[in-house]
Amino acid sequence: MSENFPILIVLLPLSAALLSPLFSYLHRDLGRWLVTLAIACSLGCSIGCLQQTLASGEAIHYWMGNWAPPLGIEFVIDPLNATVATVANFVALMGAIYGAPFLKKSSWLETGGYYTLYGLLATGLSGMIITGDVFNLYVFLEIASLSGYGLIAMGGQRSVLASFRYLLIGTIGASFYLLGVGYLYAITGTLNMADMAVRIVPLIDTPSFKIVVGLFIVGFGIKMALFPLHGWQPDSYTYAHPAAAALIAGIMGKVPIYACIRYFYFIFAASGAAIGMGLQIMGIMACCGIILGSVMAIAQKDFRRMLAYSSVAQIGYLIVGMALGNVYGLIGAVLHLINHAFMKGSLFLFIGGVQYRYGEVNIDKFGQLYRKMPIACWMFVIAALSMVGLPPTAGFFSKWYLVLGSMEAGPVGYFYIAIIIISSLLNAIYFFRVIEKIFINPDAGLKEVNPQKGKLELPWQMLLPILIMGIGILVLGLSNATIVSDVLQFALPEVLIK
Amino acid sequence: MIESLNQFLAAKGIYILTLILFFLGIYGMIMCRNYMKKLMSMNIMQVAVIFFFLCLGQKDGGTLPILQTGLTNPDLYVNPLPHALMLTAIVVSLGTTGVAIALLLRIRENYGSVEEEEILRRVDE
Repeated sequence: MSENFPILIVLLPLSAALLSPLFSYLHRDLGRWLVTLAIACSLGCSIGCLQQTLASGEAIHYWMGNWAPPLGIEFVIDPLNATVATVANFVALMGAIYGAPFLKKSSWLETGGYYTLYGLLATGLSGMIITGDVFNLYVFLEIASLSGYGLIAMGGQRSVLASFRYLLIGTIGASFYLLGVGYLYAITGTLNMADMAVRIVPLIDTPSFKIVVGLFIVGFGIKMALFPLHGWQPDSYTYAHPAAAALIAGIMGKVPIYACIRYFYFIFAASGAAIGMGLQIMGIMACCGIILGSVMAIAQKDFRRMLAYSSVAQIGYLIVGMALGNVYGLIGAVLHLINHAFMKGSLFLFIGGVQYRYGEVNIDKFGQLYRKMPIACWMFVIAALSMVGLPPTAGFFSKWYLVLGSMEAGPVGYFYIAIIIISSLLNAIYFFRVIEKIFINPDAGLKEVNPQKGKLELPWQMLLPILIMGIGILVLGLSNATIVSDVLQFALPEVLIK
Repeated sequence: MIESLNQFLAAKGIYILTLILFFLGIYGMIMCRNYMKKLMSMNIMQVAVIFFFLCLGQKDGGTLPILQTGLTNPDLYVNPLPHALMLTAIVVSLGTTGVAIALLLRIRENYGSVEEEEILRRVDE
């Protein structure tokens, strides 16, 4: 059983997602429970894989149909992607539980369809994380993107337009990635990641390889919304289905960054002039993105749009950590990837709750909200402080590692430190503005769209994920030393350890 | 002169054409004002990627990549892997087009048009 964990991570949500319309037809809640259960099992499998790979100290290789690589497709699980897969499935599980109240009044087809898309999104993301084959990654990327377009389009009237634009731009990104795979295949003659890592070594200075690096930067840059390729992102995050926004904003933007780390550090081993230049360019783009994203976030009135622009900035942090190219930088990037998935997920869960109960997303209308929704508001405060980077929340520690990494990087590093500190201040401006509205400003007299009876401020399916994610941020912050020394230390690529 | 040009075109010409097709697709997606035309340009771009892969598998005088007695030299048959990959990519492109057309239908329902200027005018209202 446990040797089949890697395939189950992908297979369970996939089959549950496809069965969801049928089960929803039988009973409206069955499809939802099926997908939620499958994602929970998939989370269990990821944790099992993480334990196995940490205990044995080696990567787990799972061969599809017992075809030996490099001919066959394999799943490879090492500490890095087991960690990322665990976080992805955890956020997906929280989102799946959270979605129930939004779909209470909808027909069986809408419920079933929503959970089909949701399960497929979870499948695509986990598949991208654990695959060991470059073309397989493209297939999972498209599964995730296509279901993502659907989930964004389900958000309402404006969302269809946002989704269509994202589809056009996202397809350009995927095509660039596919072209890059074509060039890699043409020069190495293999599609297996481990095999490619061996064969690429003598080719690292060829012109074709430079083209590959360029294509991957553009392709993944579009998918992760790296400045200046982020044009699709604010609209998509703003109008996405409120129940799916946590997974879309929290995980969908992070997985391409994980894929970038996998390519640049594990397969190409960060050697050669092309990679160095590529990382530098990404670092500069990220710095512009950090400042511009933060400034744009300050200008927004719509809470979701503010979060979307702040995502542009936060993705910059991850890229800065990656571009630094030393141990602390990469630990900071991976730790921030985990933390930001929790923080952004938590913030989108909060605004989803407000939207569900009051139908309002404008920051100016949040006056005295904490009297009506105390738990959600306090969890929002934790997430907001973590975004700003105050100890003991998780955001502080990942920024700390990023600053440590920048100090090691020499003169360029001081530039990065300045950017990180300035952007933390900008983060403080736009989050404290919201905290002020919620706690100090006079009551805005919001009208309830979905009135709540009883003691709970929101249905328990919504309150529970908000609570778990909020407390999760504190737990991640307090246990950051354990995470780094017991897990992430083993997740570093070999090039950096030497 | 002509000889060398011929050689160059025979070796690289198809890649240049594919590249032109690819960027023609992107140009169309940026410049067209009609969403349906944008979608068609997107398909042109995807077809260019498919052409690129198929060119990689091509060999002069290569035969079918099926199991035949005596056919063991890989120089004698075309590489079947790019074709297999592109079957998947064609399916993906079909799926993307399907989703895009479904979204376009909804856009037309909501805004009564698929012209960008018209839609933007209605969004601002």
